[in-house]
Order: sequence, then structure tokens, then C-alpha cells
Amino acid sequence: MRQPVQVPVMWRRLIALPAALALLVALATSARAELMIRVTKGAGEAVPVAVVPFGQSGDLPAGDNVSNIIRNNLEMTGEFDPLAADRMLSLPTSGDDVFFRDWRMLGQRYLLVGNVSREGDRVRARYELFDVNGERRLLGESSSTSVNNIRSLAHHISDKVYEALTGEPGVFSTKLAYVTVDDQGGKPRYRLQVSDVDGRRASVRLESREPILSPDWSPDGKRLAYVSFESGKPQIFVHELASGKRSAVASFPGLNSAPDWSPDGRSLLVTLSRSGNAEVYKLDIDSRSLTRLTDHWGIDTEGAWHPDGEGLAFTSDRSGGPQIYIKDSENASPRRVTFGGRYNAGARFSPDGEYLYYVHQREGAFHIARMELDTGNEQVLTRTGMDESPSIAPNGRMLIYATRQGNDSVLTVISADGGAAYTLPAARGDVREPAWSPILR
Amino acid sequence: MNIMMKKTAFALILSLGLVAGCSTTGEEPMTDEEMSAVDQEGGASVYGSDDDGGISSDELRERERREAEARGEGGDEASLRRITTFYFDFDTSEIKMESRDVLAAHARYLASNPNVNVRLEGHTDERGTKEYNLALGERRANAVQRFLVVNGADRGQIETVSYGEEKPAAMGSNESAWAQNRRVELIFR
Repeated sequence: MRQPVQVPVMWRRLIALPAALALLVALATSARAELMIRVTKGAGEAVPVAVVPFGQSGDLPAGDNVSNIIRNNLEMTGEFDPLAADRMLSLPTSGDDVFFRDWRMLGQRYLLVGNVSREGDRVRARYELFDVNGERRLLGESSSTSVNNIRSLAHHISDKVYEALTGEPGVFSTKLAYVTVDDQGGKPRYRLQVSDVDGRRASVRLESREPILSPDWSPDGKRLAYVSFESGKPQIFVHELASGKRSAVASFPGLNSAPDWSPDGRSLLVTLSRSGNAEVYKLDIDSRSLTRLTDHWGIDTEGAWHPDGEGLAFTSDRSGGPQIYIKDSENASPRRVTFGGRYNAGARFSPDGEYLYYVHQREGAFHIARMELDTGNEQVLTRTGMDESPSIAPNGRMLIYATRQGNDSVLTVISADGGAAYTLPAARGDVREPAWSPILR
Repeated sequence: MNIMMKKTAFALILSLGLVAGCSTTGEEPMTDEEMSAVDQEGGASVYGSDDDGGISSDELRERERREAEARGEGGDEASLRRITTFYFDFDTSEIKMESRDVLAAHARYLASNPNVNVRLEGHTDERGTKEYNLALGERRANAVQRFLVVNGADRGQIETVSYGEEKPAAMGSNESAWAQNRRVELIFR
């Protein structure tokens, strides 16, 4: 049986610390920097599922409750409608105690039961997932983790349950990178942070008085590329998360921006203006060699690899305003794909390459839209009005974007077809520039 | 006449053209058409302005009134050069007519003070994507740079940087704030 993830090693800014101290730092940082989750609305057709409070035995740390975390995870997808515990007729903790009739009466389709116990310095969860109507066990597993890592255990179980119910991999063990901005002594403080997808366990990876932009995950989830103005000019950095080591990979005169990691992890699409105006280049990370992929006097920026690693999308204002163009290969001629409205920009492909997600202006407001590339059908996904930076979950089922709530900038997660799911306002200040990690192995 | 003087004279003529109508020197003022040609020769990209790009803010009007006052002081170079922020319409990098005589004064100052350097910071409002706005802010800064060079400044005196929408001058999500944020700032050092 696969064991859940090990304790993630935490680092404070760029300095590696011994693990014990690092954990303390991470906990302190979490209390300060965490996002607060707020579920705004479930999708209309959410599947009823009962997550029965897990039985607990032995000395377990207070706070992180495995079954609560699983229930919240399922709810935040918008695809499931978990039953409130106070409506349950019985609270079984193993399959032997389940009476399917009780759960059918409550209209539940699926049922998760389990128990958590302390085993030395580890915590073990045994859990079973049932199809209520078929009276059939879908999962029966046991997983353990160190006692400090209960949230990872809960996310791991959530992934297993999600995959059993939908056939798609769960993304609850993935991470978010984002940038927070708050005011410190009258000056802005930019912080690049990494957290769980529910906003918990946030850790600061870079802090600067100057803007930090456009974080993007390497395909193996071990590195981030981003733009930092720390030198007074934009530079692109590649930052190894485990060690905190980083290097400036693009510091040309003018713009160095919009990094997008290639699917093979070897290169970045970047925007440089070393030729005099903004063009998209492929930058080989090891050799630092450049291949120019666009050539126009207008603005060309926001290159995004197609998941096949051959083609790319980018934003260009060559037609007069920003629109999205696709090159089917590095040498192909660009073709314009967006025609609805005067402002379409910031494209990202879905993981299967079938959809394009982007920022779309309609009646003065900016929304996230998606286009089915085969048909050209365009659908506006969001009802908020200052939306940008869409980033798609690695299973293609959800996306996160930045929007406004009053004067604050917040992150919102929606299902890929547009049902609202949850908002992550920063505890303090603005949060923006979300980037959803790949599935971490 | 050395090159510097020629440049200065050219800038002077140009600036007189820019304030065509205010000119009382008897020199032949350039027309707006000729100005456009010079601007394009400089390479500034000119785009149609968006319908929601107009200036509506009282604050901005007040600022422009003060700027007009400064301009009205008989072309006093020092008072012209007190204006160091120049505004743009939405999604354009076209230098506005009302900015041009002041920018020409800055160009003259740079031309006659070769040891002075200036940093041009390009900014946008918050609308649209951050990365596109970085490129747009750079294009605004480049447009101002070209204008200064065409009018006598040396390329080596000028440094440009774009912050896109990252450093707004005014907070808020309304046309007043947006109009104040679409700008290039000249920072002399």
C-alpha cells in the first residue's frame, strides 16, 4: 500500500534551516500568512456524500481533524455535497457497523467511514468508502504518516476518495503558489508563498519591497520560475523550493517577464524586449540559449505552452488590441483564435489541450472565459468583474484565478465549467498571481 | 553650429510647433500633421483610444489646470519642467498633445545638461492582465524616450523601466484612479 507524503521540508526565505527549527518557523509563518477559506456556493448537481466523523484512539494532536478536512476538501470542489454530521442517524467508524438503509433514507449516494489511531510517533488512518445504493465497498485502505503531518494524510485520503468517485486524480495534495502584498510601515511588502490548495500551511519563499509576479511551477513541482523587481528591474528567477537556491535566468535590458515552463522542464517561454519591443522567446534553462518565437512590432507576450510541448499560445496586440494567437509549432505561422470582444489575454491551455482559458473583457468588465479549441465556442466562466491570472488544476477539473472583493484582491477557485466553489481572501492585504502546482509525486 | 546646438534649436522649433497657437515669436509654427510625422519617425506606436479611456476625474482636471497655468507662464522652462508625470489613454502609448511641450522642455534640459540622467517609469491602470500591462508600460516609457531623443536628449541619458499595474499612483477601481495610474514618470538623478 502506498504511504502518504512525507513531512515537507520547510525553508524560511532562502536560508535552509535544520528540520526541527524549520517546522517551528513554518508553524509561526502559517499563523500569520494563511489564507482563510470561504466556500461561496456549491454546483447545482453536487453528489450527496456522507463523511462520518472518524473514530479516534490514542493521543492525537488537537486541531487537525482528518474527517473534517476530507469533508471540506470534497465540498470545495463543488462536485460533492457532504451531509452535516448532526443529521446522521448513526456514526459508524468501520464497515462492520454500517447499515445502508440509514444512509439511503438520508439520500446519500456514497459513505466514507474510518478511524484514526496513534502508533508511536505516527498516526494511522483506516478508512472505507461505500456505494450506498449498490451496498458495495469501493475502497478499504490504511495509511500512516508522522504525527505532525495529519493534514497531508487527510489530503491523501481525499485524493483516493475523489479518484474512486470520479475516475480523475484528486488534487488535494497539490500546492498553490501566489503573491501577497501588504503594507509594512507605509511600504508595500511582496511575499511569494506556497500553501496547500485549501490555503493552509502557507510558507513564505521570497519577500521583497519590489513587485513579484507570474510564478509558474516546473512540471516536477520542485521549482518555481517568477519575475522579481528586487534589483529595480524585472528579472526572471528559477527557485528550487527544497533548497531555497535560486538563480536569475533572464536579466536582459528591458522586459524579462511571463515565464511559462515547458512540459519537458528544460525551457521557459519568456517575454523579452531586448530587440526593442516585447517578443516571446524560448529560453533553455541550462544553456541559457534563446530561440525567438514571435516577430512583430506590436506587443507579443504571455507565451503558454500547449501540453504537447510543440505549440504555444500568446497574447499580441498586432490587430490593435490584445488578442490570443496560437502557433501549432515553434515555426508555424501564428493564427488568431479570439475574436469576441476587444481584450483577450493571458491564455492557459487545459491539461488535455482541448480548452483555452483566458482573460476576456465584456461590457467593460474582465472575466475568465474558456474556448473549446475544436469548435471555437467561447464561454464566460466568472461573474466577478476584475478577474485575471487563471491557473488550471492538474486534473483539469478546477481553476483558480485572482479577482476583487471590495478593495481586496482575493483568489477564487471554480470548477472548470464555471460553478463557483471557494474564495481564499488573504488574512491581511492582497493575494494575487495564483499558480496551481502539478500533481506532486 | 555644433551638433548639440542644432539639436537644441530643432527641439526649440519643435516645441514651438507643439504650442502652436501660443507662439508669439514669429517663427513658423509646425502643424499638428507635421508633429505626428515626427512622433512616428521616433517610432511611437499610436493606437485608437478606447471609449472608456477618457479623463473624467476632477482631481486630474485640477492637475491639468495647474499644468496649463505652468505652461502659461510664457514658456518658463523651469516651471514647465516641474511637471514630470505624463498621462495616457487606456491601452495606448500615444503621447497626448498637452504633454508634448512639457516633454520638449525636458528634452532641452537633458540636451543642455549631458551629465543629467533620467529614469522613465512606465505604468498602467489595473485593468487587464499584469503581464500585458508590463509590456504596455514599457511601450509608454519607450514612447516618451523616443520623444525625448528626437527632441535633443541623448539615448544614453535615459533609462526606462515598466512596472505595469504594480505601482498605482492612486488607489481605487474607478476611472479617476485609472486615469491617474496610466502614466510615465520622469525621475531625474
